[in-house]
Amino acid sequence: MCGIVGLLARAPEFRERLGEMLTPMLVCMGDRGPDSAGLAIFTSEIQPPLRQFSLFSSLRKFDWVPLRDGLRRDNGEEVEIEGIENHAKLTTSISPEQVRSWLVENFPQIHLLAVGRSIELYKDEGHPAEIAARYRFNQLTGSHAVGHTRMATESAVTPAHAHPYTAGEDFCLVHNGSLSNPWSLRRMLEKKGIQFETDNDTEAACRYLEWRMSEGDTLEEALQKAFVELDGFYTLLMATADKMVLVRDAFACKPAIIAETKDYVAVSSEFRSLAHLPGIHQARLFEPVPEEIYSWNV
Amino acid sequence: MERLDLSCLSVRELNQYLHHELPKNGINELEIVNPNGLHNIAVGLTVPVRIRVLGHAGYFLAGMNQQADVTVHGNVGWSVAENMMSGTVRVKGFASECAGASAHGGLLVVEGSASSRCGISMKGVDIVVGEDVGHMSAFMAQAGHLVICGNAGASLGDSLYEAVLYLRGTIHSLGADAREEPMAENDYRKVDQLLGRAGINYSSKEFKRVASARTLYHWNAEAGQEY
Repeated sequence: MCGIVGLLARAPEFRERLGEMLTPMLVCMGDRGPDSAGLAIFTSEIQPPLRQFSLFSSLRKFDWVPLRDGLRRDNGEEVEIEGIENHAKLTTSISPEQVRSWLVENFPQIHLLAVGRSIELYKDEGHPAEIAARYRFNQLTGSHAVGHTRMATESAVTPAHAHPYTAGEDFCLVHNGSLSNPWSLRRMLEKKGIQFETDNDTEAACRYLEWRMSEGDTLEEALQKAFVELDGFYTLLMATADKMVLVRDAFACKPAIIAETKDYVAVSSEFRSLAHLPGIHQARLFEPVPEEIYSWNV
Repeated sequence: MERLDLSCLSVRELNQYLHHELPKNGINELEIVNPNGLHNIAVGLTVPVRIRVLGHAGYFLAGMNQQADVTVHGNVGWSVAENMMSGTVRVKGFASECAGASAHGGLLVVEGSASSRCGISMKGVDIVVGEDVGHMSAFMAQAGHLVICGNAGASLGDSLYEAVLYLRGTIHSLGADAREEPMAENDYRKVDQLLGRAGINYSSKEFKRVASARTLYHWNAEAGQEY
């Protein structure tokens, strides 16, 4: 069992309150997934050639300044870093490939969680309430966000196995369910040179969809193919820089409920995590049907 | 009327009151407010009390009900009235998956749509759904009646035993061993009676009957698993 939550602000004032409204949703779904949690939030896109990188350190207390200074020195480019305990947001125009290889060489203990122009990502082991408080999720602002609370059923409980998973740029995915063919998907993708970071089934789905998009599919086209290729149970909630997308597998054993108002779209595994939202009793509430793609633009 | 507020009481406190105090104090009508999608509200009732739940409830609402008459003015999550023995549960909104699962008796009315697996393994309950039901409804249903006033999703009545389904709309597909059968006089009477109890206004003449072809009752070695 796991919990998934997502919130997309339609009214501009809700962008300022996105973290404040999403955090109780995530904490409530801690009942469905108490072992780890994560959140990806999308903000206004930063201007090219800048990109933002979400970094994770396995040490809870980490001094990010030497990393910033070293990256600046070795690449001759401006680097900004904002750290909060073992997470940091790094902003630079250095290419993702260069940042990745520099990190491997100089800070192999640092894990790159997400790359893009609008994504910011936090995830760690521990109860969702504790993680939300540690990284001050309630203060985050942005256009949309997806979160996950995990109760592991098929691979280890580590920060790297927590969701959201990312692949490519400005794309992330959270999953409630279990896939039965992640290894055959993975073998197919690895032959194409796609590298994996964990043995988690969700990572296979995430990299499969990103591979399809890198081949030119829209996320919706990639999902139509995923309905054929992915075997198992899933409710998947995904986000890109400009949209939030939800699907359930053909059996639809993993729950989801959607609440839409003129101000926001909220998705959760269970209604009780939406009950605090403003105007929820006037919202259009409905359960997503199997193998239908629900997509909301920012 | 007595009003119990789930923003002040825990579900456990509410249910302990309903189980231990209510049968002693003779109250026969009460309201539950602020259900806020919480699970297990009013499960295991054993007395003929009328309860109104004002708002959306979570999983297992009125599960195992005996004798009570529970109305939800909102939607419910998974497995409403699961394993109900007697009494009535009415949902004014929609019900998520597994509505009436394994229920032995009583009447469950969902005025809106019920999601997938409605009436799964039902064992004698009568269920009336005002609109549609999702896929795999009445899967392995053993006894009782499921009246669907709208349409049914994929695999309706898969592996049916002796429960009988009545449907007004269209069927996406029938499950293994389920078949349409002609309506007889007692079918029309049953549908009219259940619609009357549910307070839903359709003519039984609009309904068709789905029941078990009974070919799965005994394993047939020559069928080659082709059912």
